[in-house]
Amino acid sequence: MAQFRPAIGRVNGLGSAKEGTHHFWIQRLTAIALVPLTLWFVASIASLAGADLVAVKAWLGSPVAALLMLAFLISGFWHLKLGIQVVIEDYVHGEAMKLTALVLNSFICILLGGASCLAVLSLFLGA
Amino acid sequence: MASAPSNRPLSPHLQIYRWQITMLTSILHRVTGVGLGVGTLLIAWWLIAAAAGPEAFDTVQGFMGSWFGRLILFGFTGALFYHLCNGIRHLCWDAGWGFTLPVMTRSGIAVFIAAGGLTLLAWIMGYTMMAGS
Repeated sequence: MAQFRPAIGRVNGLGSAKEGTHHFWIQRLTAIALVPLTLWFVASIASLAGADLVAVKAWLGSPVAALLMLAFLISGFWHLKLGIQVVIEDYVHGEAMKLTALVLNSFICILLGGASCLAVLSLFLGA
Repeated sequence: MASAPSNRPLSPHLQIYRWQITMLTSILHRVTGVGLGVGTLLIAWWLIAAAAGPEAFDTVQGFMGSWFGRLILFGFTGALFYHLCNGIRHLCWDAGWGFTLPVMTRSGIAVFIAAGGLTLLAWIMGYTMMAGS
């Protein structure tokens, strides 16, 4: 019976989810933001080499450093989530495994990114 | 696609190709991207430990300062700057610039030089700061 099914019936529901452009755009937007933010982050961390907790708290106590750090974390974790998503879609083929990996990727990136941002906020507020 | 016929010809596998800088930079971009995901765990651990208190922070600093921790951080820095520089190359391609093969080869070499230079610079900066403090 399969040969009588029209081509459209075999491909319906298997095509693009129409979200590719948004994924592409956010990946680029976060990439552009991460260029200066990463250079700033590495320079800051290098200048904190061997520093103690007091120095780290003093660094993140400044509003500029705290804000840039939040921007770095949000763009970084978002960029990471999108990138790992593409790797999973490319190499994990079983539907159940793929869906599980995609969900875990989202959850881990959001939770870990959220926890890192909370840590920055708590250091900024001196709690 | 699960229902695709199985008697279709396969595209040539990786081992057939002669290694070229374009494929090397492309593969490294993905490998470093996944590696940076693991490195991001270190950033999260460091920040959360700093917020948790002196004991947790000392544990992280102890690990990062060990020879093994420094080796991982050096690899992390190298991967970060490679991905950053090659990412700028990707953004240029997105803007439609640099698609001819000679430019691609040259920009690929430039990525390796820039990433290596930035990595060394960051570590020289770090060790200079440690010597001064």
